[in-house]
Amino acid sequence: MHGFPFWPATASAYARQIDFLFGSLLVIAGLTIAFVFFLLLFFANKYRHGSKADRHEPTKKTWRWEVGWTAATLVIFVGLAMWGGNLYVHLYNPPPSAVQIFIVGKQWMWKAQHPGGQREINELHVPAGQDIRLVMASQDVIHSFFIPALRIKQDVVPGRYETMWFRADKVGRYHLFCAEYCGTDHAHMGGWITVMEPRDFAEWLKAQGGQQTLAAQGEQLFHRYGCSGCHEPGGTVRAPNLNGVFGSPVPLSDGRVVVADERYVRDSILNPKAEVAAGYAPVMPTFAGQIGEDDLARLVAYIESIGPQPRGGGAH
Amino acid sequence: MHAPRNETYLNATVGIRSWLLTTDHKRIALLYFAGITFFFFVGGMAATLIRLELITPQPDLGSPDFYNRLFTMHGIIMVWFFLIPSIPTTMGNFILPMMIGARDLAFPRLNLTSWYLYMAGGTITIIALLLGGVDTGWTFYEPYSTFYATGYIILAVFGIFVSGFSSILTGLNFIVTVHKLRAPGMTWYRLPVFVWSTYATSLILVLATPVLAMTLLMLLAERVLHVGIFSPQLGGDPLLFQHMFWFYSHPAVYIMILPSMGVISEVVPCFSSKPLFGYEFVVWCSIAIAAIGFLVWGHHMFVAGQSLYASLAFSFLSYLVAVPSAIKVFNWIATMHEGWIRFDAPMLYAFGFIGLFTIGGLTGLFLAALAVDVHVTDTYFVVAHFHYIMVGGAVMGYFAGLHYWWPKITGRLYPDYWARFAAILAFFGFNLTFFPQFILGYLGMPRRYQSYPPEFQIWHVLSSAGASILAVGYALPLFYLLWSILRGPRASANPWGATGLEWSTRSPPPPENFDVTPTVIRPPYEYDRGVPCMQAKNG
Repeated sequence: MHGFPFWPATASAYARQIDFLFGSLLVIAGLTIAFVFFLLLFFANKYRHGSKADRHEPTKKTWRWEVGWTAATLVIFVGLAMWGGNLYVHLYNPPPSAVQIFIVGKQWMWKAQHPGGQREINELHVPAGQDIRLVMASQDVIHSFFIPALRIKQDVVPGRYETMWFRADKVGRYHLFCAEYCGTDHAHMGGWITVMEPRDFAEWLKAQGGQQTLAAQGEQLFHRYGCSGCHEPGGTVRAPNLNGVFGSPVPLSDGRVVVADERYVRDSILNPKAEVAAGYAPVMPTFAGQIGEDDLARLVAYIESIGPQPRGGGAH
Repeated sequence: MHAPRNETYLNATVGIRSWLLTTDHKRIALLYFAGITFFFFVGGMAATLIRLELITPQPDLGSPDFYNRLFTMHGIIMVWFFLIPSIPTTMGNFILPMMIGARDLAFPRLNLTSWYLYMAGGTITIIALLLGGVDTGWTFYEPYSTFYATGYIILAVFGIFVSGFSSILTGLNFIVTVHKLRAPGMTWYRLPVFVWSTYATSLILVLATPVLAMTLLMLLAERVLHVGIFSPQLGGDPLLFQHMFWFYSHPAVYIMILPSMGVISEVVPCFSSKPLFGYEFVVWCSIAIAAIGFLVWGHHMFVAGQSLYASLAFSFLSYLVAVPSAIKVFNWIATMHEGWIRFDAPMLYAFGFIGLFTIGGLTGLFLAALAVDVHVTDTYFVVAHFHYIMVGGAVMGYFAGLHYWWPKITGRLYPDYWARFAAILAFFGFNLTFFPQFILGYLGMPRRYQSYPPEFQIWHVLSSAGASILAVGYALPLFYLLWSILRGPRASANPWGATGLEWSTRSPPPPENFDVTPTVIRPPYEYDRGVPCMQAKNG
């Protein structure tokens, strides 16, 4: 056995903020419990049957007390809701400079694809001090990407992209779990997050071999699946040119405007008739069932690479 | 026509037929007691095996699939066949009509039908679990439960579907009874809080259970007929399932806890020999919990991918629903102030309830804080939290009520020494079982894991040790309560010095509850310097 661990490893500034909130909640809860137990025991002893304690006529005007403790709890609760909500909003605002890593969950493993094309299974290597944004998809059922040391977790729902970001600042190896029950080997769907010094991380990337970048792999797929036949200048069918599109607003034929983010690119490949760009005919065939999540990630990375920004994106 | 003095609902007619075809709410309550006790121990066996398995980090008792079936079975049985029906169908059935001075529920035959539906649903589900079980977890999340899970899902879901009608009909029966069958003088503000709580619970049963029925039917349609609703493979949305499931299953938590709060609101004034502090506030808190309880389901989905704004709103509403619960705790404690407190077994269970429910409620504040929830949701922190509410709260309340009304129900007294011993044992066993799980959860131990990293082991060992103590605490009543039926001394009409109508008639009551329809002359829980003032004129 390993003694009595009381506190999880802490590997990011955000995690320390969560610890502070959690600690404050512990203090509030602890004081309340102490108060309740004290009153229970104090009254139980003082007013036990047969004791000679002084007992007045029961108070008739109880509403002062009621209003008092109702207002007090309400004020404390609203404060806590705002505190917890404020930190949570932070999770929805990844910095634009974040490096993007694609994660695919399937029964029962996590696969990661780095921008440079490096791939890992049940492991994720990241540099310390760098904002990392995970774009996650599931190939089968709902999984949940959970890193206790960073105090973050996100369910990965099949059929859509979920995103999550963090900046680890302490070198080490930390648990990675699947937190949403997903079948037989749910308890084994996990591994390790390795946070490295940026220099060591660069070494590590190099040691993985000289793969093509994710975007370059995506470019090959763009030709192999025949996307380029229509989506590049001189194509046989009139289709939108995808250069510079990523991250910008796209007017749709039904009048709505959506941002061309990872979700939009992925959905447009799998379900092209749902959100057709304004001015184009809905003629693109669906690729659902033909392109797996790994290849979809490569294609998305390619479309992103030919967007207006050099790389990365804070489209959310 | 008056019943002879020695005629009770137990000996008025005899034979197995007289029980299986009875329309007497008191006999139906006993039928429910039999079913619920059976399911409690079946679910408890599954829990025992789970705690045994988790003593070591490796798999010990069987394959991962076996473990997955175990916790699914534990959840399904305990939620739908023990916790939800527990207090309403037993004590609610038995005591509620007596508390309002009625001869029976409004629809006695419907009441018996409800029991048969409950038993039919339970039997179907038990058959599914015995044939090979279900490995989805009690939550049946999509798309796992349609296209990936193995086992007898269709049968188990159908069993739950059937038992849902028992819930709906029972709730309907209570609502109509409270509206139409109150004795002369029993105004709404003279209703005991247990009646109000059961009434609030019934509103939830009637309004929420149909949503569960629809959700389960859609799940079946998808699994059997491949109708695309929730599964992305068929163009459906998995989050829609979660929204619909929790729209029922969160209010279901209040179905479990409100009746227990009602029991505590009876026990605390009785054993403090003092009126309940802030009666109107406690009553309206029950209604507020039932109402706001319908608006917080999204707090189960803070990391599921729902919109940021939905999460912010659900977080705020979750804090709001905690306010009336806190008010109740303060009122129970204030009731004891300047009372004449006695420490019989029901009161010890009530103390246990207040303490454990407070811890459960306060840890709910952690989970409602969005950013903290992201870390602790789907970990043992959540497991510990809801066991504090459902076992520390609801089950403690169930035992408090059982010990409180046992002399009325059976006409016999149980050995108070053993009952107090069991209550104290359950309190300490419970804390040792579930408190370590809060620590495990913050450390990051996910739920529904058969094997786990070795550094978590010590807390699992403590938890399992506590579970063995808790098991003794829960098994003891089985023995001394059985003993009391066979050998226990006769109980008087009002052994605790309570004030309610149910205590103004004989123990056990005659078939028609009261020899003369009582007339209510005062609010509940009136005491004159510790001496009870009965609610009924001819009590």
